[in-house]
Amino acid sequence: MNCIIIDDEKMARVIVKTLCDEIETLTILEQFSSAIDAIKYLNENEVDLIFLDIHMPDFTGLDFIKSLKNPPKIIFTTSDSKFAFEAFEYDFIIDYLLKPIQLPRFKKAIQKAEKSEETAINTSVKSTSSNNIKKENNFYVNIDRRLIKIDLSSIYLIEAKGDYIKIKTDNKDYTVHSTLKKIEEKLPDSLFLKIHRSYIINIKKIIDIEDNSVLIKKDVIPVSRSKRPELMKRLNLL
Amino acid sequence: MEQPNLEYVDQLARGDESIRKTLIDVITTEFPEEKSDYDESVKNKNFKKIEENVHRLKHKISILGLEKSYKRANKFEHNLREGSLEGIQDFEKVLLVISAFLKTI
Repeated sequence: MNCIIIDDEKMARVIVKTLCDEIETLTILEQFSSAIDAIKYLNENEVDLIFLDIHMPDFTGLDFIKSLKNPPKIIFTTSDSKFAFEAFEYDFIIDYLLKPIQLPRFKKAIQKAEKSEETAINTSVKSTSSNNIKKENNFYVNIDRRLIKIDLSSIYLIEAKGDYIKIKTDNKDYTVHSTLKKIEEKLPDSLFLKIHRSYIINIKKIIDIEDNSVLIKKDVIPVSRSKRPELMKRLNLL
Repeated sequence: MEQPNLEYVDQLARGDESIRKTLIDVITTEFPEEKSDYDESVKNKNFKKIEENVHRLKHKISILGLEKSYKRANKFEHNLREGSLEGIQDFEKVLLVISAFLKTI
């Protein structure tokens, strides 16, 4: 894969270059200390993958990705975990590496990028549909500057709480700055259903349904009248 | 106080002396420049600039294996965003320790 590195810090660029040199399939075409210079380069050159710092003065990594018309795959390299959730809202963001980057974690990110490329090729061969994006079976949330992995199958309820959502899992509850709409896009339809404007549930975890509410674990959740037919359709009724 | 080390640099270099030298050259060149930028921003009480400088310096702190200092630098960076200089003394002590260490390698 042909790559470029964007980071205002020389040490960070040298480290990513050193890590790339460990992997035969990667070729570093250019390195940039400014995202604006990289945009000029991308207007005339095609790349497969960008290693992108987020926290840069004047024009940040997030400003950069919003300015791209046809973004290639991107791996964030940053000291800040606080942008992780926002970063993963974009399909072309492959991974999010926290500095100082370790080689095993770096290799894992590259494997994901390669897999994504294979999937993209296979998808384009099999179908012309561009909406056929595979959803992962887990995601990461940013809590107190830590990225915490949550397995989708462990989630039983997601509740909207103003500017936050509460993700309830079998082991623990997490409060995350996001919206139900954003998280809904990350969830597989086969497992999750929005049954009310404030609630998404894992339909496999329902204990019982009574009138216009469901019992899920110890929570009784209201079901909107408009959502009830869809919920009933999704249940494995005798 | 915890002391800087080159474990991460050595891990990256994997025994290759030229890579090790490149990494050390960059850190010994870039750190004093960043510290100087930081000192200038503090002198001018420019909180946004100080925050940017701290953000860059804390990467060096992590590269040199100073885990506790890195956490404190994170907190300091957060305080700066809130308009507070709380934690500045601890942060500057770390910078002095690193400056002294870089002169020995």
